Amino acid sequence: MELFRLILKNTMRHPLRSILTVFGIAIAISAFGLIRTVIGAWYSGVEASAPNRLITRNAVSLGFSLPVAYREAIRGIPGVVDVTYAHWFGGIYIDEKHSQFPQFAVDTTNFSEMYPEFKLPPEQKAVFKQQRNAAVVGRKLAERFNWKVGDVIQMRGMIFPGDWEFTIRGIYTGAQKSTDETQFIFHYQYLDEKLKQTEPWRAGNVGWYVVKVKDPRQAAEVAEAIDLRFKNSLAETLTETERAFVLGFISMSETILVALRIISLVIIGVILLVLSNTMAMTARERLSEYAVLKTLGFGARHLVFLIVGESLLIAATGGLVGILITYPAAKGFERAMGDAMGAIFPAFDVATTTQILCALMAVAVGLAASAFPTWRAVQVRIVDGLRRVG
Amino acid sequence: MIIPLNYSFRNLWTRRTTTFLTAGGIALVIFVFSAVLMLANGLEKTLVGTGSDKNAIVVRRGADSEFMSMLDRTAVNIIKSQPEIAADRDGKRLAAAEVVVLINLLKRGTNKPSHIEIRGVAPESLSMRTQVKLVEGRLWRPGLSEVVVGRAVAGRFQGLALGETVRFGMRDWTVVGIFEAEGAGFESEIWTDAEQLVQAFRRPVFSSITVRLASAGDFLSLKARLESDPRLTVAVEREKQYYAKQSEMMATFIRVLGLFVTVIFSLGAMIGAMITMYASVANRTTEIGTMRALGFPRRSILVAFLFESLLLAFVGGGVGILLASVLQFFSISTTNFATFAEIAFRFILSPSIIVESLLFSLVMGLFGGFLPAVQASRKKVVDAFRVS
Repeated sequence: MELFRLILKNTMRHPLRSILTVFGIAIAISAFGLIRTVIGAWYSGVEASAPNRLITRNAVSLGFSLPVAYREAIRGIPGVVDVTYAHWFGGIYIDEKHSQFPQFAVDTTNFSEMYPEFKLPPEQKAVFKQQRNAAVVGRKLAERFNWKVGDVIQMRGMIFPGDWEFTIRGIYTGAQKSTDETQFIFHYQYLDEKLKQTEPWRAGNVGWYVVKVKDPRQAAEVAEAIDLRFKNSLAETLTETERAFVLGFISMSETILVALRIISLVIIGVILLVLSNTMAMTARERLSEYAVLKTLGFGARHLVFLIVGESLLIAATGGLVGILITYPAAKGFERAMGDAMGAIFPAFDVATTTQILCALMAVAVGLAASAFPTWRAVQVRIVDGLRRVG
Repeated sequence: MIIPLNYSFRNLWTRRTTTFLTAGGIALVIFVFSAVLMLANGLEKTLVGTGSDKNAIVVRRGADSEFMSMLDRTAVNIIKSQPEIAADRDGKRLAAAEVVVLINLLKRGTNKPSHIEIRGVAPESLSMRTQVKLVEGRLWRPGLSEVVVGRAVAGRFQGLALGETVRFGMRDWTVVGIFEAEGAGFESEIWTDAEQLVQAFRRPVFSSITVRLASAGDFLSLKARLESDPRLTVAVEREKQYYAKQSEMMATFIRVLGLFVTVIFSLGAMIGAMITMYASVANRTTEIGTMRALGFPRRSILVAFLFESLLLAFVGGGVGILLASVLQFFSISTTNFATFAEIAFRFILSPSIIVESLLFSLVMGLFGGFLPAVQASRKKVVDAFRVS
């Protein structure tokens, strides 16, 4: 395979140019991979949602709550196995910068049965259920603030004014990779009792209900039955599957996701420009050589092989290096965003599909960039090629 | 002796394909760079323009957005009676207690729900917020379920066009007018009578009170008195700063993302420029030798090549800014992280953004062109002629 040796030799004729091109492609590919990872992280909540769970919330908006009395009414609807509720707390821990993690007041009697993916040691679970101001936190959150079981946490309420004190009685881990390990969970009763003293008209309300259905295929019918049950009441409900609920949240930031997708397309354009530039130069410099090759009896096939091969070699090397540096880049990005965006990205890992996509892109760019030079090399008449001074 | 500038121009023109590809890369980078700056600028303009320097806003302590804040009527009356509040010609105090609620509405076309802020306002609200002007239809009549809608959301959501009805709080509300607010955040809201809204949602509380200060210096004394009043748990802020703070998180996010993308792109573009310049140096070895033999000093050759790469970058930068300026005809809307409500804002170009973008492109040209130019100026005359 003399041609392979020729490709290698050709690529290394301008080592600096080839290295620069590889470097440029690597950076762009890793940026592309990183953006895909960010988009994936955005959707990680969708993967974590269970098909047999519905979310029932106030139809007006998330700013409105529902009466705690709805629970038994929902439980009575056919197809419903179990109901639990939660309330968004939104407190400030230390300062605003550190507080970007989800905090919920939950019904501790059956919360862990409803969310089996939150793994909590049995002895911790028992203590958590008994103690009124106990809280359970996710593994990632505990690591972030260096919390241990038994620590006392002070928070300042934003939605529920006052100073709140919690004792950490458990640290849960996720059963799956996509499980959110950044949550802070505590007793609804603790919240409600305090509200009865400070703002009685707000007590006895919950943020939303989580409804477990017997059969996921009946989810739509059950949801409809729940909403019908509270139609024309003071607090009308809106019930959807957990997945749809999460997707609704994501679609709020749709504009940003669209921008990210556009950027990742533009990145492909940048790589294409860099590599096309290199290949165009290469072809221009070697037109007379191609003419010599043609004179020696090499056909168009061989020329195509030579030029496309060189382009692919550079693109593939760049792609490989790019995929390799995506990992440290993702780690760095996670650290940079850690404090500000911890709430948005519960899971942040480079997926296998992302790597495959990066590799495919590198190959596609390699092919596209060599199209024009190849065409010229095949087209050139031997006489013109030899006459030319590169 | 200095090499004529024309030499650099003609070199770029001779290798049109490469010039075009490299300048195109730089143009892309500058396009993204200036678009990000324009976006952050537009977002700030929208939210900063929402407040006025003459007004102060009182919310519940710790509520960083109005819909989280709650003030009962007792608190409202205490705040309204403060001496720092200005009065109008008839002696009426300029203080507007407002209710802000978030509702879910479906977007036109996509059918996706999004949150919109509804602001229940007092009669004083309109006289205090001078930038708000009705452009179509009329204001609501007292006692009726009627609303006016901001220009930015009127066409975007179902039921918000003039004459349509929108349902919330167990009532149907008729849209009787469209208003503008000089691009401020109010344009993404629905306005109606505060008393009607309180009844509809059965919330016995207001969200915020905006007051006109008799003089700007009164702010500190008002803030000190209200925040230390044992009957209240409130925070007093200058209106402009309060709304500007709501854009911080979004603007930071846009900037971080934009910076990250720009850095990566600019590396790509610089590499492109470097490859181009190195190649053009390699191709012109004989030329350089000739110039040296004619007596041009090394420095002139360095300058000529550097100028060529700066020119390349400048052209690319100019094209990028031109492309980005087209974005001014577009506005985008997204959910503001701080308030959870939909907010629409435009790409706004400013002279400083143009200057920054051009400088950035020149810096890219300098970095991309410096090493090749040095290499060109160091070529030995003898070696230059030895090349076949």
